[in-house]
Amino acid sequence: MKNPYIPYPVRISKTLVETEDKQLKSFWLDFINPDDAKGFEYTPGQFAELSVCGFGEVPIGIASSPTEGDTLLFTVNKVGHVTRKLHNMAEGDIMGVRGPLGNSYPLKEMEGKNVVIVAGGFAVTTLRATVTWILHPDNRDKYGKIDFIYGARTPGLLLYEDQWSEWQKRDDIDCHVTIDRAVDGWNGLVGFVPTICEQVAPKPDNAVALICGPPVMIRFTQPVFDKLGWQPEQIVMSLENRMKCGIGICGRCNVGPEYVCKDGPVFTKAQLDKLPAEY
Amino acid sequence: MTDKILSKDQVAAFIDSLKKEYQVFAPTEENGKIIWAEANSADGLLWEFSNTTMSPKDFFFPQSECMARFKNDPKAEGGMIMHPEPELERSRVLMNIRPCDAKAFQLLDRIFIQDEVTNDVYWRDKRDKAILVGLACNNPCPTCFCTSVGCGPHHEAGLDILLVDLGDSLLVKPISDKGKALIDDLPDAKKVDKDKAAQLKKTSEASITSGVTMDNVNKRTVLELFDLPYWDRVSESCLNCGTCTFCCPTCHCFDIQDEVKGTDGRRVRNWDTCMSWLFTVHGTGHNPRPTKKERVRQRFMHKFKYIPEKREGEIGCVGCGRCVQLCPVNIDVREVVNQMNA
Repeated sequence: MKNPYIPYPVRISKTLVETEDKQLKSFWLDFINPDDAKGFEYTPGQFAELSVCGFGEVPIGIASSPTEGDTLLFTVNKVGHVTRKLHNMAEGDIMGVRGPLGNSYPLKEMEGKNVVIVAGGFAVTTLRATVTWILHPDNRDKYGKIDFIYGARTPGLLLYEDQWSEWQKRDDIDCHVTIDRAVDGWNGLVGFVPTICEQVAPKPDNAVALICGPPVMIRFTQPVFDKLGWQPEQIVMSLENRMKCGIGICGRCNVGPEYVCKDGPVFTKAQLDKLPAEY
Repeated sequence: MTDKILSKDQVAAFIDSLKKEYQVFAPTEENGKIIWAEANSADGLLWEFSNTTMSPKDFFFPQSECMARFKNDPKAEGGMIMHPEPELERSRVLMNIRPCDAKAFQLLDRIFIQDEVTNDVYWRDKRDKAILVGLACNNPCPTCFCTSVGCGPHHEAGLDILLVDLGDSLLVKPISDKGKALIDDLPDAKKVDKDKAAQLKKTSEASITSGVTMDNVNKRTVLELFDLPYWDRVSESCLNCGTCTFCCPTCHCFDIQDEVKGTDGRRVRNWDTCMSWLFTVHGTGHNPRPTKKERVRQRFMHKFKYIPEKREGEIGCVGCGRCVQLCPVNIDVREVVNQMNA
């Protein structure tokens, strides 16, 4: 019987400071026991508890896609006890990963539909996984038009430039990367994410939108989609709350009767409309 | 299964026979409090008591429990890798557990063990290695309201055996196969014993006159109940002390913390309380339940709306009344639920 509280031991194989403010750092993790990789079967949208012995655990969305192999990617914001320690860890260090946890984006239900992916700031992590998964040759044909709208305050705060600059060269995805205000050396879009959504004006017909970002972005993006005629059932969001167990027992991440860690983190807007906004 | 009879002067021999295989625990009195302690003989066993001050959930979900250990040395061979704690060595009998507490554990089974992922091995191990011998309540307290939340003073759910105190002897009702195996050798109960037990049950149930009404709570949506103005009022007096959550047999929230001392490291889980601000605060400082109003609401909504929504109407409260007895500002769960229902 598997003990759901024991993390798989992993080794940090690579790290990268992602943003100019050094708040976001990416970690590539390799399983120490190759068999554990088989036990860690995940789909985009899921998260894991990153474990640092002596410091504790922190729930982080999985930024890699299973189509990329066994190495896992997590991008971690430096805010608390565990994440501060993590930021000081180096390639070769041993830590743990417990998961995969939670549900994923409705990739199956999205088949045959156009997909609009809207990301703000560092909430892009599990959406990076989703785009990577959809663009894989095994999956791309299952979906219609793909729009990826991603914004950050400055160019230096955008994550994963290597990936989205490659996506911008492809003709099977429309990539709209934006920054809040014009700066020298930036040739891309300028404007807040809601404004760019207004310009892109994705049609709601036979489409699904995955929207992840800070509350202020959600607050102003929602009316844009409403105006375009999108229904709450078509809008998919991912929540975060403080968590400990990650498996729906310890009691702190619930939003009404739903546990963000187990019933979520992915919910449709239609589901959230029926729940208290305790997130 | 046939009901048996156990004369009270044979209880010592019964405990002796249990001790061969099990560690036996029972409520006893210490410094004016009724507590759970190991029962090595029939001495100290109580037949007239309301209930233990604290619920026996500690046997299955200890207030502080080591889950895993690690060598706190990144350079050592096998360092910084978590290893689970060993399982419980000896099975246990909880004797004279009240039916409400046994029902609480049956409810918690459905929370700790849900599927392949949500499979709390620490809870499961201790539950698998326990026999619950209940003692029916013949004299419920004024704070008991089990009959209105799907339980009762002679309720059998979650028990392996139910004892009914008939005076000089105990009626012994086998409930599970595990329980039956322990009492096969006892003499069969006579009809007069069974009739007396049935009468005691009736009298006991009738003596519980307070309760909660849930019809409107069940009918109303989560948001309708969540938005009731009543939450402002009930939370005013609450101190957020967490006493209700610690004494409650169904409260199961916990925190996980790492502890290190030199090269010894361990991961521990401790009871936590939804009454605490820290319980839900994000790393960013944002808190989805920032004031005591949200936290008080969470506790009652969790037991009387959220758990029933997720578990086919089963209420997350067994009516033991401990929170009513111990709340320092006299918040009465019955009154709260009846206001939610009003």
